[in-house]
Amino acid sequence: MLAGYLPVLILAIIAVLFAAVTLFVSNFIGHKKPSEDKLLPYECGNVPVGTARERFPVRFYIYAMLFIVFDVEVAFMFPWAVLFKGLGLLGLIEMAVFVLILLLGLLYVWGKGALEWE
Amino acid sequence: MDLGMLVFIVIKILVVFGLVMLTVAYLTLLERKVLAHMQVRVGPMFAGPHGILQPIADGIKLFFKEDIVTKQADKVFYFLAPALSIIPVLMIFAVIPFGDKTTLFGLLKEPVELRITGLRIDILYVFAMSGLATYGVVFGGWSQNNKYALIGGIREAAQLISYEVAFTLSIFGVVMVAGTLQLDKIVEAQRNVWFIVYQPVGFLIFLTASVAELKRTPFDLPEAESELVAGFHADYSSMKFAMFFMAEYASIVVCSCLGTLLFLGGWLGPSILPPFVWYLIKVFVLIFVIIWLRATYPRLRYDQLMKFGWKFLIPVSFLNIFVTAIVILLVR
Repeated sequence: MLAGYLPVLILAIIAVLFAAVTLFVSNFIGHKKPSEDKLLPYECGNVPVGTARERFPVRFYIYAMLFIVFDVEVAFMFPWAVLFKGLGLLGLIEMAVFVLILLLGLLYVWGKGALEWE
Repeated sequence: MDLGMLVFIVIKILVVFGLVMLTVAYLTLLERKVLAHMQVRVGPMFAGPHGILQPIADGIKLFFKEDIVTKQADKVFYFLAPALSIIPVLMIFAVIPFGDKTTLFGLLKEPVELRITGLRIDILYVFAMSGLATYGVVFGGWSQNNKYALIGGIREAAQLISYEVAFTLSIFGVVMVAGTLQLDKIVEAQRNVWFIVYQPVGFLIFLTASVAELKRTPFDLPEAESELVAGFHADYSSMKFAMFFMAEYASIVVCSCLGTLLFLGGWLGPSILPPFVWYLIKVFVLIFVIIWLRATYPRLRYDQLMKFGWKFLIPVSFLNIFVTAIVILLVR
């Protein structure tokens, strides 16, 4: 059964080698002429002020949390979808209950205004 | 597992690898030509007749360009990011079939599958790998210590994870009708009717979400040229920059292949043309549509993007799944 995964492993090795060789060879043969200004981050010609690793809006985290909830749900739905024809009406009702609980969560978040982006 | 088998696998992988790289290189030319003609320009014309050698010229130029590493960049992640964005995309091609079983016009004794390998969980594997591709962009945006790049990287992360859900949900209808996760069996299940007929809404959601996953217009906020210079790859140069682009164009090929396999009947078609040719035609039609979108639509605003993803696409995807389920039960 695992034999099907051997080509995946070989492809992974080839892909990693390709990426590594390309990066190192081009880094090695590209001609280098560093200067003070060239090594600054490019911000449209302005001299960068401070560091870029500042705080950023908390909304991004909310979306990340929502994503985890829904992505785990999607992972649960895969086997259900494959076997759906065998499960019949009972399978549909069970999945409807499961999804409904999560959709209520989405509606709650929606109502709380967490999906708004001012 | 004997040596001959191993050599066969490696040959198959190298052929697919070469074909993908060639397609990716010429996609850049195709995109520039199509966009140019849509805007009544001629596009690249000088390298070879009608610019046919332009991708090779670009490749050589990028390879010999100075590889700038800015002083404040986080060196490890700066080098890792381009590799991390291209490796998962290339890995997806392990399970993508390119045609029916074939003997290569009688060249081989037994028919071989035109794919590197078949897993029993093809689709799950594809989505797992496409999920990994997010890391490259996020690391890239963060490592440069560039404010534009960081904004691009964060936007990208939020956009990808928002549309990932709808992207995955959109194919559930197909999986339910076909009852399998194996791509070749899904194509076989479309012998009579293509799934786009059963799943028109699913196909539209798939197309929209995949354009968002590909971060292309109208969802190209992570690299919005006019506001973020180049977004997450602002400070990248030389082959590192090229690798982000290769990853992006290879993803276009992946999404078009998936769309063809899941909704457009894969390699099935009237037998006037070989299956592989039908497959290529359908894939290139989808690629053309994706390029066409870029020439047609303006960019969305970020709040519109998020609102569209969470308040429209995801509820509609769920609705699509349950309508499909009810119809399957009624028809049975």
